[in-house]
Amino acid sequence: MSIFKLGAAIVAALTPALAQAQEGGGIDAAINAAVAPVSNFIVSIIFYSVQIGDVSFPLIVGWLITAAAVCSIYFGFIQFRGVKHSLDLVRGRYADPNDAGEVSHFQALTTALSATVGLGNIAGVAVAVSIGGAGATFWMILAGLLGMASKFTECTLGVKFRRENADGTISGGPMYYLSRGFADLGKPGLGRALAAIFSVCCIGGAIGGGNMFQANQAAKQIANVTGGDLSFFADKGWLIGLVLAVVVGMVIIGGLKSIAHVTEKIVPFMAAIYVGAGIVIIVANSDKIGWAFGQIVSGAFTGEGVAGGILGALIQGFKRAAFSNEAGIGSAAIAHSAVRTKEPVTEGFVALLEPFIDTVVICTMTALVIVVSGTLDSGLTGVELTSAAFATAFPWFPVVLAVAVVLFAFSTMISWSYYGLKATTYLFGENKTVENIYKLFFCICVVIGASMSLGPVIDFSDSMIFAMAIPNVIGLYMLLPVVKRELAQYQAKLASGEIKRHR
Amino acid sequence: MIKTFIVGYDGTKPSERALEFASRAAKGRGASVLVVHVLEWSPYSFLTMEEIAERHKLREQEVIRAKAVVDPVCDKLRADGLNVSSEVQYGDPAEIMCDIAAKHPESIIVVGRKGTSNLASRFMGTLGISLIQASPVPVTVVP
Repeated sequence: MSIFKLGAAIVAALTPALAQAQEGGGIDAAINAAVAPVSNFIVSIIFYSVQIGDVSFPLIVGWLITAAAVCSIYFGFIQFRGVKHSLDLVRGRYADPNDAGEVSHFQALTTALSATVGLGNIAGVAVAVSIGGAGATFWMILAGLLGMASKFTECTLGVKFRRENADGTISGGPMYYLSRGFADLGKPGLGRALAAIFSVCCIGGAIGGGNMFQANQAAKQIANVTGGDLSFFADKGWLIGLVLAVVVGMVIIGGLKSIAHVTEKIVPFMAAIYVGAGIVIIVANSDKIGWAFGQIVSGAFTGEGVAGGILGALIQGFKRAAFSNEAGIGSAAIAHSAVRTKEPVTEGFVALLEPFIDTVVICTMTALVIVVSGTLDSGLTGVELTSAAFATAFPWFPVVLAVAVVLFAFSTMISWSYYGLKATTYLFGENKTVENIYKLFFCICVVIGASMSLGPVIDFSDSMIFAMAIPNVIGLYMLLPVVKRELAQYQAKLASGEIKRHR
Repeated sequence: MIKTFIVGYDGTKPSERALEFASRAAKGRGASVLVVHVLEWSPYSFLTMEEIAERHKLREQEVIRAKAVVDPVCDKLRADGLNVSSEVQYGDPAEIMCDIAAKHPESIIVVGRKGTSNLASRFMGTLGISLIQASPVPVTVVP
């Protein structure tokens, strides 16, 4: 399908809907009404919360943190013992020159990172500290460090149980280690059922959290920096969505990889600007660094001024880390499994750096800037709080931030479209027609996400991402011994010199 | 004495000139010819997820295509009675040529050049210029 036809198809498909929506929000209301009961029901299950004191604790967050802690202990805190080896792998020290031309560990890491670094690092952290106080940062870092072990586990499994297709391409991820790994354990039925559940949730998550939520936030941020309610874009989310959808369509349907390359080259650059500006602000307020860390640590253990006290801070921190680095969700395993490596464990070692970079470095940076800039008590939250914090030092920063938000949203959408595609092909087989229907639907959802305030739909799709963690973590627990065997074999080969450094 | 002529060959006109020069020179002194075809590749470039999934398949196709370029000319030179071998490798052309040269004592690198006097390409540097800077063995650039 040519790109122009694609653009025309999207416009044609959406024109009546948009016209109606503009005439008085009829479509919004209709979709909300239709989806709300189902959505609320699912959301209430996935985000089922227990009341502790006056704070509610979503069990899914506990589920992910427990998995991260279990993996950490089971592998003897591999995230600290193995980090030097991880860095050596990423730097290509163990890369066999004869394998040049295959995907390098560095490429796998950056591609997987581009899917996780996004709005969560900018907006989500601001939400966490505005509700949970500075102390939330401490718990966020702790959860990020633990999450490194669950990433290690899931990405090792992703490579171990991936499938090589007849055409030489590779399919992998939780759906494959659930179905194939459980078959090895003598539970093929359970494995297939969990894999199917995972795939359905993954498609939902890709369409929702990986697409509509991103498009929605990008459109909001564009409207904000161009003048808020008075902006030309204020009521034209659909226009931003349409542009985004056509660009996304060019990449995923039209196969225009150059666009993806351009954005992906800008994304690390934007991340560098973001972190660089953060460091400048922190250094400029160097007299407050000690105080800020004091606030973070004391806030973590006293919960002063936070609704729910220590527990309130802890929940916010844990939640943000889990939601931001996706450790235990299973998404990264899909990306890493495609890498050609003789030893599955090497991908685990590389992947464990992701929660560190995402949560421990970038999220912490955001939190520190908010704390030292003194904007924490400003009453703002979300992107606006982050924006205000950076604006204290650089008044022009909100514009840069808006560009970063749009680019991060775009790269997250491209990555998630692939996750959803892999889940689709797992369920329906490799079939070009099904793939194209999925891709076209994905593009249409960009416009819907950007133009409407579909609270229930977005809640629903967000919950789908976390629903992925339920089958995935069950899989991790059952397959832990497999990873341990792989790790032991690999370390024996390293010790014996069978695997050697090339540089 | 020169025992091996390492020739950068990618099927283009300049590389054909280089190979012709090297094979004649090699024949005269009973040296062997090593035909090197480098597929440009950086382990640090960005790939999308789909490209990652397809990389191995594409790599195999690329190697087959490269062999189809290199093998016929090698066979032709062998028919002329030359001792010819070939290598297809991924990476930075200059780095790969230098690495190979380092493994062959008493060798010489022969490459062609496009022959443009274009200012931009002079500043950007070409394979020949990079090799002159870094090669562990003598370099001949064939015009």
